[in-house]
Amino acid sequence: MNETVLQVENIAKSFGPVQAVRGVSFEVNRGEVLGVIGPNGCGKTTLFNCVLGQIKPDAGRVILKGTDVSGWQPSSLAKVGLGRTFQLLQVFHSMTVRENLLAAAQPHRGGLAKQLFMRPDLGLKADVERMITDFRLGHLADTPAGLLSYGQQKLLDIAMALMGKPDVVMLDEPAGGVNLSMLADVRDRLVELNKTRGTTLVVIEHNMEFIFEVAHRILVLAEGQVLTSGTPGQIQSDSKVIEAYLGA
Amino acid sequence: MSQPSLQNSDPSASQDPVQPSAALEASGLDSTVQGYVLQQMGTPPILRGLGLAALGLIVVGLVLGPTQMRNYGLVLVCLWAVYAMSVQGLNLMLGYAGQVSLAQAAFMGLGAYISTLLVRDAGLSYWLAMLIAVVVCTLAGALIGFPALRVKTHYLTFVTLGFNILITLVLRNEQWLTGGTGGIQNIPRPSFFGLELDTNVRYYYFCLIMLALVTIAVWFMLRSPWGRAFKTLRDNPARAESLGISVVSHTLLAFALGSGIASLAGVVYAPLIEYIEPAAFELPRSLMFLLMLIVGGRGTLAGPFIGAFLVTILPEWLRFTQEYYLALFALAVMALMIFFPQGIAGLGDTLRRKLIARR
Amino acid sequence: MAEKSALQTMPAASALGTSAWKDSNLEPFLQLLISGIATGAAYALAAVGFALLWQTSGTINFAQGEFVSAAALMMVAAMHLLGVGPLVAFVIALPVALVVFGVVFKQVLVERLLKRGDFALVIATLGLSIFIREVSRLVMGAEPFAFPAIAGDGVLRLGSLVISVNDVVTIALVALIIALLQLFLKRTFVGRSMEATAQNTEVARILGIDVDRMILYTFLLNAALITVGALLITPKYQAKFSNGEALGLVAFMAAIVGGFNQVRGALIGGFLIGVLDNLGAYYVSTTYRSAFPILLLVIVILFKPEGLFGRKEERKI
Repeated sequence: MNETVLQVENIAKSFGPVQAVRGVSFEVNRGEVLGVIGPNGCGKTTLFNCVLGQIKPDAGRVILKGTDVSGWQPSSLAKVGLGRTFQLLQVFHSMTVRENLLAAAQPHRGGLAKQLFMRPDLGLKADVERMITDFRLGHLADTPAGLLSYGQQKLLDIAMALMGKPDVVMLDEPAGGVNLSMLADVRDRLVELNKTRGTTLVVIEHNMEFIFEVAHRILVLAEGQVLTSGTPGQIQSDSKVIEAYLGA
Repeated sequence: MSQPSLQNSDPSASQDPVQPSAALEASGLDSTVQGYVLQQMGTPPILRGLGLAALGLIVVGLVLGPTQMRNYGLVLVCLWAVYAMSVQGLNLMLGYAGQVSLAQAAFMGLGAYISTLLVRDAGLSYWLAMLIAVVVCTLAGALIGFPALRVKTHYLTFVTLGFNILITLVLRNEQWLTGGTGGIQNIPRPSFFGLELDTNVRYYYFCLIMLALVTIAVWFMLRSPWGRAFKTLRDNPARAESLGISVVSHTLLAFALGSGIASLAGVVYAPLIEYIEPAAFELPRSLMFLLMLIVGGRGTLAGPFIGAFLVTILPEWLRFTQEYYLALFALAVMALMIFFPQGIAGLGDTLRRKLIARR
Repeated sequence: MAEKSALQTMPAASALGTSAWKDSNLEPFLQLLISGIATGAAYALAAVGFALLWQTSGTINFAQGEFVSAAALMMVAAMHLLGVGPLVAFVIALPVALVVFGVVFKQVLVERLLKRGDFALVIATLGLSIFIREVSRLVMGAEPFAFPAIAGDGVLRLGSLVISVNDVVTIALVALIIALLQLFLKRTFVGRSMEATAQNTEVARILGIDVDRMILYTFLLNAALITVGALLITPKYQAKFSNGEALGLVAFMAAIVGGFNQVRGALIGGFLIGVLDNLGAYYVSTTYRSAFPILLLVIVILFKPEGLFGRKEERKI
């Protein structure tokens, strides 16, 4: 099925005289893993923040599953199926892994008032257990998240983004700062995720090796604009891309 | 860009067990947060046993109280209960949602005046008046909180400050309605399905029951998904928002509920003293509630009890310091902020930490 | 327990006498304005000190009002014990204030609490305010003391306007102090360093400014300002241990309404509140006079939270 699940049209954002994003458009198909790469300062993170409601773009639209969600607040976006992970500050450190996952799932279980009176686990026990198993976090389930290693926290972060069963998850440098032994874990979980749950992923990454192994398609940004896009194979041998990185 | 591909996932990488104290030290989290993390790790049995024993003693003492106390003592404990309720409401706002309200006394006053006037002038039953007063005040809380929170969360404090002053101004000046500075006298004690609560002993148990109900309700709310959302907002608001948890909605609800609880305390307060006047609900009283909470320990269920105790009952026990008590209390506040900002209940955490570190 | 509401202990416009309507509507207005400015001038000093403390060190001094009332009581004590007039008493009280409210306050309390965070500091100053009030009550008793005005009780007559001499002196004195303060802050090296520290502590440090010393100077400056403020405002209230509440509130509100970012803001805030209070009492309602400054505060917060003259910058709160 090649249905477009996320459409980004002409997003532009300037900070004073600095034009961080200058008219970026792209589409993401359901079930695909789209990698977003580009040299430092090319506007990747700003683009993400515009799409995800953290920043208000100067122009452009975001369309999720056919609905125009431009300018929506992050919490509203999460409720309609657009999730994200952050580069830094990922987890709720005073809560256990299990609690983190429950917290991530509960906004999708009814409004504020209902939540006041519901059972602590909201009938989500099974879902949470499944996620714990999928991410191999079983032995850490009752540990406060603040005590996990950085790599383990990253995994938890991704798991949390998934609890709400989002259609699209946008990941901001999931491989950043993760040591080599954990990196393979992260990579495998993402690939598995995409295959078994069919979740669409949009991934910003600097780690080329990582992204080429995970993505179906790559979008290359430079100086706030789309340079080119294609499969990992095409991108790797694209001279324009190499120049953008080396010339930067 | 042709490097060897990543090695296959090493199953042991994510399987490392976690050493608590070492990990805590290495985590670089600040001490308050470490406290929260430790809370998660459970209480060592010794501490739990001691805590339960102390709690049991206190409960037994309270229940058997009337056999040992005369009227003055009974009323004093009732006052403690009423203050503890107000402060528990503040705890919900401050300890969990991080909002300082300086209007708790005003809401208490509103609860007291609204219920009293409904009973006296509209002939309603005390219980119906209670319901109406609390609902009205909760809504009022939501109304005040809404514009203030949309501006910036810190400003709620200033708005509540202004609100408290305005409310007491109205209470003082609208003589035709509120009796002005003289207040309202001869407030009758209510009856519960025919059982007259007019003796001090009966009202005493009524106050304790109300306090217990409020505490259970707050405990329940904190254990619910809503309470969990607060922990997330405290730990990492940006992440919480990105998961669908809205800071503004949750904070607003906490503020509305906390204000409602304060008004409930006011409803119970009125027949207790059988007399209400604006002076009891002025800004200094709100400031005192704040101090009670901080000294007792915010973010803990026990904090409000301890704080209220220090202001109502301890001064009685330490009669010999009567004149100087408030000055000593103020001194203690300053010392506490320097050495133990988490408050007295927070000392429990420090003990816990020491015991866990020894494991 | 029947204490008066904080702002209600403020005096009515001093030179008005009975509030009889004169021939023109302008006269009462002018008299109220002048009297309000005089009251506001004294508030402004406390507000400026408050704002400076906040800007330079992030200290929200809840005890500012109590500093003023305690300074007033110190002067009263000097006057009674030594039989001197208010100006001499001021000269005696000033060094004491500088030490207690400047050095001791900073070194003993603020230093230790700054590392615990803003909130702990606010609570501690709240405790301090109660402590000072209680000690004042224990030492000086609960009865109010008369406090002579520095320029006596005379009045000036300009046509049919009746203006208190003391009010004029107050306004002149405060204007002078503010002018000197501005000169100090803009033209001297120390003053500019203090301003720099207030604008951006980190940058100041990088520029080699002894930030700690600048903060100390700010505390000393505040101690001086509140003592002068006490000298000027107390004649209108009489000296009482419980005055601090009202004054502290006004200083706080003036600083917020005016905007913290500059001395100007707190200053104008103080005047605004003094004038609004007087005008409100006369033209709308005496009983609700205290409501007008409050309403101003709430409106400013909701619509222009950085204050009327403040700039939209990051604040330490």
